[in-house]
Amino acid sequence: MTQAFTKLTATAAPIMRTNVDTDVIISINRMIGNSVRGHLGKWAFGSLRYLPDGSENPEFILNRDPYRGAQILVTGPNFGCGSSREAAVWALQEMGIRAIIGSGFGDIFFANCFQNGVLPVVLDKAVIDGLAAEIEASQGAGRLSVDLQEQTVTSPSGVRHVFDIDPRRRAGLLEGLDEISLTLRRDHEIRAFQASDRAARPWIHFAG
Amino acid sequence: MDTHGRTLLAKIWDQHVIAHVSDDTDLLHVDRHLLHDLGGSRGLLDLKSRNIPVHNPELTFATPDHAISTAAGRAGTIKTGWELLAALRTETSASNIQLFDIDQPGQGIVHVIGPELGLSLPGCLIVCGDSHTCTHGGLGALAFGIGSSELAHVLATQTIIQRRPKTMRVTFDGKLPYGVTAKDLILALIGHVGAAGGTGYAVEYAGSAIRDMPIEGRLTICNLSVELGAKMGLIAPDETTFAYVRGRPYAPQGEMWDRAVAAWRTLRSDSDAVFDREVSIDVGSIIPQITWGTSPEHVLGVDGRVPDPADIADPARRGAIEIALDYMGLKPGAPIAGTPVDWVFIGSCTNSRLSDLRAAAEVARGRKVALGVRAWVVPGSETVKRDAVAEGLDRIFIEAGFEWREPGCSMCLAANGDTVPPGQRSVSTSNRNFIGRQGPRARTHLASPAMAVAAAVAGAIADVRTMER
Repeated sequence: MTQAFTKLTATAAPIMRTNVDTDVIISINRMIGNSVRGHLGKWAFGSLRYLPDGSENPEFILNRDPYRGAQILVTGPNFGCGSSREAAVWALQEMGIRAIIGSGFGDIFFANCFQNGVLPVVLDKAVIDGLAAEIEASQGAGRLSVDLQEQTVTSPSGVRHVFDIDPRRRAGLLEGLDEISLTLRRDHEIRAFQASDRAARPWIHFAG
Repeated sequence: MDTHGRTLLAKIWDQHVIAHVSDDTDLLHVDRHLLHDLGGSRGLLDLKSRNIPVHNPELTFATPDHAISTAAGRAGTIKTGWELLAALRTETSASNIQLFDIDQPGQGIVHVIGPELGLSLPGCLIVCGDSHTCTHGGLGALAFGIGSSELAHVLATQTIIQRRPKTMRVTFDGKLPYGVTAKDLILALIGHVGAAGGTGYAVEYAGSAIRDMPIEGRLTICNLSVELGAKMGLIAPDETTFAYVRGRPYAPQGEMWDRAVAAWRTLRSDSDAVFDREVSIDVGSIIPQITWGTSPEHVLGVDGRVPDPADIADPARRGAIEIALDYMGLKPGAPIAGTPVDWVFIGSCTNSRLSDLRAAAEVARGRKVALGVRAWVVPGSETVKRDAVAEGLDRIFIEAGFEWREPGCSMCLAANGDTVPPGQRSVSTSNRNFIGRQGPRARTHLASPAMAVAAAVAGAIADVRTMER
């Protein structure tokens, strides 16, 4: 069951670098193992957030107030590119992030967000740059609002931007649906497909 | 009514549609699900905790590759790596899933063994919890990486819900110049379209250079699709493909083979098929490529110079280049050739197949790794290793001063004790030069196997064309 997402007004942190990859979001040596969930938030953006001696890097935005409590990220192009590691989403979620607003995302990361109740919003780069500038001008005091029902992002000064979203994804997030249970309700269709496919493409199906 | 011809993507996609979920989203049948040690047992344990059985264990295959060391005897594997291997053994056994275990024929990097064993077939829909699953597209399969939640969904249902991607065709025409390989072609493309140039697309690679290319080169091309943002990359199967697949352990045989090939021959984009985006690359103009920065799009010809931020007007781009240069420890505007290196890594799902090792050995033969450079050769699979040893490639590498390792992902993602030390510089045949990818503060330059050997021998980034015979 994914966490539902409806509406959020919160502090937003602009991370405007291009190509922030999933290795940067969560390093492999922090996410390896079957019992890491719940312990990842501390290591999100580890290479940016901490200095080599392990202390916090005061220059990194999420180490500064009020951004430290951000629940929204405003991101540069191609955020979440790279590996399929869902731990990238888990790490962000565990540090409190519920929505990520950017001009484009890595395809697999984008899909992984929805699986965990994190809303990725795509808006034009010019809009993103404007949001980031407005937030920075207010030194983080200006909060963003994200409304999934209305499909809008509202800037601190009240400018509303409508975003597109796949209706199925939207419904899934609003209701926090469990995809496995939903698909298993169609198991008769899956089995019917497999039965006819065994005749059409027998080389695909090993004796099972 | 759409009167255009159909793309290769559309043909494979439509064969896998079980149901339409919404306008552009379908429930698709998964023909092959490949599991590895990093995420395989987690998915199986997820299902177990929910009391859901694996839907089709006979279509699911597993191998340890990511989290095991590639040292002899797998010494140096971190504790968590052993735990993940133990869990993969227990859980695949409990669910009747075939496991290709360490030291057994068939083990190796999941994207090397799929094609090698004949598990990956033209027209097949293949998923794996790894972004480089696009590799298998080199055989004309529709293959893509998925996350942990999707992985559990596939285990439970043998299906995946996907939105149909846009289509891009990249046409590589011309003959590969001397010293230029599949790796150079795809790196040059990423430099041309950028690391997000393929986002939202499935990329079909076509053109005379692809038609003339052996399968292992095609796998390398498709492997880096995700580095240009495309989850899927694919190449229409042809006689070269059929000759490669024929006789492999899990490939169809006899009358079934003939039926399969007849079906596979229809898997090509129609001549009047329309793509959402077309890119053409003149292969003759490409020279050996090397990355300088922290994204695969930070790439240049080996005769090039590192960018100078002072020349760049756009502040966002300038800032990105400054960050990358700082991380990489490079001087703005400096020639990339001659940059001293500490490490060389030949391996990964990009470039660890027999033809890659042959190309590397051809340059290494009779030469020595420069003093102060550590150089590793990590074959992609047990089969690659055995074939390479049978040809004496291991002797060539060892005599030249390379370390000859056991099969696995190794230093490509450094999840297994195999890491480049902080601050050190590596020329690697892998796929990602991300910050910290090969180890905290490690600096990675991506290149072809031949270019990697050239760097090992020169002790610095070097143009292999001055060394080849």
